[in-house]
Amino acid sequence: MAESDCKKYLALSGLEPLVVTPESNFINVGERTNVTGSRKFLRLIKEEKYDEALDVARDQVEGGAQILDVNMDEGMLDGEYAMVKFLNLIASEPDIARIPLMIDSSKWHIIEAGLQVAQGKCVVNSISLKEGETEFKRQAKLVKRYGAAVIVMAFDEVGQADTYQRRIDICKRSYDILVNEIHFPPQDIIFDPNIFPVATGMDEHRLNALDFFKATKWIRENLPYANVSGGVSNVSFSFRGNTVVREAINSAFLYHAIQHGMNLGIVNPTMLEVYDEIPKDLLKHVEDVLLDKSDDATERLLDFAETVKGDKKEDITKVLEWREKPLQERITHSLVKGIDAFIIEDVEEARLASNKPIEVIEGHLMIGMNVVGDLFGSGKMFLPQVVKSARVMKKAVAYLQPFIEAEKDGKQEFAGKILMATVKGDVHDIGKNIVSVVLGCNNYEIVDLGVMVPPEKIIQTAVEEKVDIIGLSGLITPSLDEMVYLSKSMEKENLDIPLIIGGATTSKAHTSVKIAPNYNNSVVHINDASRAVTVVGELLKKDNKIYKSQIREEYDKFREQFLKRGKRKEYLSIEDARKNKFKIDWRHTEIVKPKKLGIQVIEDFDITKLEDFIDWSPFFRSWDLHGKFPDILKDEVVGKQATELFEDAKQLLKRIFDEKLLKAKAVFGLFPANTVHVDDIELLVNNRHAKLDSASHSELEDYQSTFKFLTLRQQLKKREGKPNIALADFIAPKESGIKDYIGCFCVTTGFGTEKLAKQFEADNDDYNSILIKALADRLAEAFAEYLHKEVRTKHWAYASDENLSNDELIKESYKGIRPAPGYPACPDHLEKKTIWKVLKVEENIGVKLTESLAMWPAASVSGYYFGNPEAKYFGLGKITEDQLKDYAKRRNISEDEARKWLSPNLAD
Amino acid sequence: MVNIKEEIKKRILVLDGAMGTMLQRYNFSEEDFRGKRFKDYPTSLKGNNDLLSLTQPQAIADIHRKYFEAGADIVETNTFSGTTIAMADYNIEELVYELNYESAQIAKKVAEEFTNKNSEKPRFVAGSIGPTNKTASMSPDVNKPEYRAVTFEELRVAYKQQVEALIDGGVDVLLVETIFDTLNAKAALFGIEEVKEERQIDIPIMVSGTITDASGRTLSGQTVEAFLISISHIPLLSIGFNCALGAEQLKPYLQRLSNETQFYTSAHPNAGLPNAFGEYDQSAKQMKVLIEDYLKEGLINIIGGCCGTNPEHIKAIAEVAKNYKPRLIKEFA
Repeated sequence: MAESDCKKYLALSGLEPLVVTPESNFINVGERTNVTGSRKFLRLIKEEKYDEALDVARDQVEGGAQILDVNMDEGMLDGEYAMVKFLNLIASEPDIARIPLMIDSSKWHIIEAGLQVAQGKCVVNSISLKEGETEFKRQAKLVKRYGAAVIVMAFDEVGQADTYQRRIDICKRSYDILVNEIHFPPQDIIFDPNIFPVATGMDEHRLNALDFFKATKWIRENLPYANVSGGVSNVSFSFRGNTVVREAINSAFLYHAIQHGMNLGIVNPTMLEVYDEIPKDLLKHVEDVLLDKSDDATERLLDFAETVKGDKKEDITKVLEWREKPLQERITHSLVKGIDAFIIEDVEEARLASNKPIEVIEGHLMIGMNVVGDLFGSGKMFLPQVVKSARVMKKAVAYLQPFIEAEKDGKQEFAGKILMATVKGDVHDIGKNIVSVVLGCNNYEIVDLGVMVPPEKIIQTAVEEKVDIIGLSGLITPSLDEMVYLSKSMEKENLDIPLIIGGATTSKAHTSVKIAPNYNNSVVHINDASRAVTVVGELLKKDNKIYKSQIREEYDKFREQFLKRGKRKEYLSIEDARKNKFKIDWRHTEIVKPKKLGIQVIEDFDITKLEDFIDWSPFFRSWDLHGKFPDILKDEVVGKQATELFEDAKQLLKRIFDEKLLKAKAVFGLFPANTVHVDDIELLVNNRHAKLDSASHSELEDYQSTFKFLTLRQQLKKREGKPNIALADFIAPKESGIKDYIGCFCVTTGFGTEKLAKQFEADNDDYNSILIKALADRLAEAFAEYLHKEVRTKHWAYASDENLSNDELIKESYKGIRPAPGYPACPDHLEKKTIWKVLKVEENIGVKLTESLAMWPAASVSGYYFGNPEAKYFGLGKITEDQLKDYAKRRNISEDEARKWLSPNLAD
Repeated sequence: MVNIKEEIKKRILVLDGAMGTMLQRYNFSEEDFRGKRFKDYPTSLKGNNDLLSLTQPQAIADIHRKYFEAGADIVETNTFSGTTIAMADYNIEELVYELNYESAQIAKKVAEEFTNKNSEKPRFVAGSIGPTNKTASMSPDVNKPEYRAVTFEELRVAYKQQVEALIDGGVDVLLVETIFDTLNAKAALFGIEEVKEERQIDIPIMVSGTITDASGRTLSGQTVEAFLISISHIPLLSIGFNCALGAEQLKPYLQRLSNETQFYTSAHPNAGLPNAFGEYDQSAKQMKVLIEDYLKEGLINIIGGCCGTNPEHIKAIAEVAKNYKPRLIKEFA
């Protein structure tokens, strides 16, 4: 062999390379994404459940498949469509697209369609001489031009090769045509010399395995660089139903085939026993059949098979083995696994063995929690698990408390005292509670002031309680300003306590630019709970000077860079931005008059209807588990935790439904409206609704009031042809003379949350207390989604024929939008006040606005409805001084007041 | 006629630098882009650099001339966006053949001028085949991952037309470059193979991919090795990388490529990474030092420049390339 020949290996690629060298182990082709081999996959494709079909592919890759076989050959399927769609979807999943594809079809047009959408070097499965040399050559030439390797079946014009001689004759003939006439690279040829079932009872099948082995050996020795492959599970076909024997046959066959030179193949790893673990007697019977050792081999295997009908038992006793271990190990196990069933009994045992009850906390429990802390710190445990651990810990401590108090001298030593608060005007505390729990687990004493905490109270408590760190949280944008104000006040009061900042709208940019410069001690932004432990630990170290100066330096630098970056943005004047507004052709656009104008109230809505409308992805995000639902349940890293969390959530959800623990209410209205002065939306509210309720129908009195929604317009300079949008652009201007409409709404599922959370807290069950709030939030969003659908299809009815899946709803593929004040398209929270007036929200359903205009209860959503088909979501971005002035005038408030509300959107 | 396949064995060949960077210096207005011929064309044509081969052919020829003077062995035709797909933005799809043909002719004439002056150093024209502005293996719409804005078949047809025009116009080599989606490149190569077969010709092909960022992958997600495997089914003159990165950042990927491939290698990196204002400020001198590193390690057979490079850069590169032997390749069996 010449030196250069050493590069003649089969090389394939997905996003990553796969080179099959003589040193490579057997290359395993995943075969579950094959409609002819998997009933489940066929069903998923037929029902167009491509998301789940992708999960099948992902499982294959994660299960170790190195090539993915895709087959869509089924009479009832449009194979070409399914192949293209599935391969295109795979292309956008890097964890699947990593490995090369095997495009598997008996129809050439499906193979070609597949080749046209795969960027990597695939394997074509398969071509053969079945239709004659001309067609064989034509296909081979195209395979080469598309840049794929090819499986060549041992099949010719006469039929499938079923003897040793026929196998090698057809393979040799195919090889010569490919290599000499088509100049096909020999290393890109993979022969499939046909694997047929053994032990069928028919004499002519006795050599099926042996002939395959011999042919494989011959090919590898006589056809240079060619490879050999085959579909393994076919060999054990006659033992369908007897898993043990089937798996033994498969793996023994594979073992011998590899010995003879088969270097890749289609194998279902779940139908494979480890060769060394096949019981010796069974193995002998199987190998006698495969290698045709005796005339009665098949009969003897059949007899033997009867005695080993598959039983694979789960050993239940094993699960509780840990209960036999020493006390400390059991306590640690309970804490790490979050199991609370045995903790009281174990703690009691520990207490009896200790001198003082406090020693159980400082000893046994802290040792366990340190393990939890270490595992969490190194990424081996995830947040929901840690919170469960904390639940067990709290239970244990609560049990010990009376004993400690009885002793009177017992006092727990904490690593530090931390004040936690959600700032004034804000009611969101899920994130804050998670951080509190995690810090609590790490032996910090938490002083939790709850939500809507005024700055004076925070400062006063910090001083009185001598806390070591102050942690502030907030979710809505006005909270950012509150934090700025607080940092200034802290400086004024000469406080010298580090400040940590967290919450969804907070950012390192805001913290470094707007908060850190106001305050002398350290200010650190923490974006997830897991970082809280490290940061707090560093801040409270005795020798923390270096860390503190590093933090200061880091934030100073970040601020400088951030400010520098901001300067290069260009903005249009508000006049120019208005000239470049989003233009709708009002004479031709579709405007539907709502079926029913005016306000409607929904009291006591059947909350169970919302289950199907829940968007779960944000729920996992609130627990620091990142990924898309439902894929997240199978995620390599967080999948297990996500699944557990999901189970717990579903359980609690069931309780909410069964026991009617939460109340869902809504109010919404649809009104005639037109845009005036470009950016304002004027709506006419007919107050007939009140009279209708009073039952005096005869005295209907129309007294109409006019309200105005003020919208804000994008000012960032856009590429040519891109508009500067404001929500007002989606409503017809008054001067057009066209009648248009707008809606607004408020939904809540929050009534009941607080009471439940308190109950859980009283039970020391922070986990469920956080869970209930997170669920209520999801239900509120689901309610908003549900109501929007009702409005689109029934009340406004501009999309009465709409038929969208939940997934499509989450992706917002419906017509019309429901933007919410405080979110990117309309960040102005003051608009909520207008909505409250228009819909009489507080009178009708009891949802209140705080001074920062957060909604109370927190699990509420409010917003507008825009029905125009061209309406779309967008982000306002930054606005400049001229729009601010203009806005203040329109709102009839001082510029300072306007600046306060809009500050997160003001360009620097 | 001298063959590039012979020249590449003798020495390191120098490719030209950026066309766009040079055109920016002319500051052409909408009127200049239109020329007389497209005075009344309904759509805006400013920014359509390929069209300048028809409306400002002198400028294009001058730029080629400057690069040859700087020492380039190969110049690229002004046809980076010369497909019906990329030209759809300007509504001038019907001009695609003419654009490619004329661009090839302009470059070819200038190349002949120089070859005639010094037959010891023959000059070549590479027909530049860009990636188009659409991707065949990625969806432009995150909500519809299965959607594709362009198909393999559409790309194949468009590329084939460009290739035929470039060959008719007299290019010596075809350069499929700035590949960010391997599937687009495979469609181009498929089209080229068809033309080669139909015309019974064998024109050399250069392929140049783009590693988009520090992930070390193409935009469509492939590693260097996967990219190489995916396009190696066609006999190529060279394979390499261009654009997106500067010479320094590109080096590790070139090393990997050079280790793995049996083809000649090429590189035309940018003049460093763009600064905060989107400008390239690596000087000719700085780039020369970095390129010399490639040469010392014997990584390269063809070397040139992409965005931000100008004749000074190419002059500096040509000066240093003279002093080194070309990379040796493993011959095919």
